[in-house]
Amino acid sequence: MGEEFNPSKPIYLQLIERISHQIVRKELSAGEKLPSVREMAISSGVNPNTVQRTYSELERMGIVETRRGQGTFVTEEENILSSLRENLKEKQVIQFINDMREMGYSDREMVEGLQEYLQKEGDTKHD
Amino acid sequence: MIEFKQVSKRYGTKHALKEVSFSLPTGKVIGIIGENGSGKSTTLKLIAGLAKPSSGEILVNGKAASRRISQIVSYLSESDGFYPFFSVGDMVDYSHSQFADFRPEKANEILSFMKLDRSQKIKNLSKGNRGRLKIVLTLARDVPIILMDEPLSGLDPLVRDSIIKGLISFIDIEKQTVLITTHEIEEVEPILDTMVAIKDGRVICIQDVEELRIQEKAGILDWMKKVYQEG
Repeated sequence: MGEEFNPSKPIYLQLIERISHQIVRKELSAGEKLPSVREMAISSGVNPNTVQRTYSELERMGIVETRRGQGTFVTEEENILSSLRENLKEKQVIQFINDMREMGYSDREMVEGLQEYLQKEGDTKHD
Repeated sequence: MIEFKQVSKRYGTKHALKEVSFSLPTGKVIGIIGENGSGKSTTLKLIAGLAKPSSGEILVNGKAASRRISQIVSYLSESDGFYPFFSVGDMVDYSHSQFADFRPEKANEILSFMKLDRSQKIKNLSKGNRGRLKIVLTLARDVPIILMDEPLSGLDPLVRDSIIKGLISFIDIEKQTVLITTHEIEEVEPILDTMVAIKDGRVICIQDVEELRIQEKAGILDWMKKVYQEG
């Protein structure tokens, strides 16, 4: 049944997030067909009405388009896909910064911490 | 559409429902939730025409609920009334003979989804497979209203999972409305559009579940803990 949903957050928003991540990871590529509403409902274990709402919302955001009688497809518009990629990055960054600030780290400590970690990771990769 | 108008139901001196009025949306999966003895099963039985209100009126798609309402309502009861000497196939054929809207091809599809075999004798079925068979018989009808009284109760997690998947796969949400009573809230929650909360014979809330998550930042279970424990 795939990953569990957080019951206290709207499921259609969680589905939008999952599909967006799949697009950014290129598991779903530009122009690719999404599963039908029913297929998506079954594979994710949610109500078809919720999937319908997810697809409508994604369509409103321009991320997918519905072609009559054919189904729902990932957009091929490069600017929408690249801004989706930017948005997800920004969201992660904001989340990270907020968490770090809440624990009392300064901006400098965060940046240094990131650089140090990436440096270390780079070193171990080269070994 | 299902409509309750000032409905009360007494068993002896005990009130199961007290002057309840509400109407339910169509094309939704609706969960009826509440504690034991709160009136959930009574509500379904009244809609199915299997119990009569002590006072008030119940309309199902504009018709008063009576025994004849079974023409437009498919009802899954908590108990199973199978003849033990029947085979799975006999039971499917029997349901076919009882309901004009029963679709044998659909029944076969759901049987294979549930990994049930027409030749199996009902007396040899496990409890889980009897639960699955009930789902087959309930969902194989082309009927606008489906009522399920505790479809998951007492079944193991794998069976519960197959029943929920079967529900998603075989209901036609554009034409059908599904009402489920359940205690297994966590498992049913992702497939519910709407919840009807009953407490002490009264409907205390009818709510779109996604709206609940947006407004209260809570799922059904959290909401219930808050509302039911406040007394």
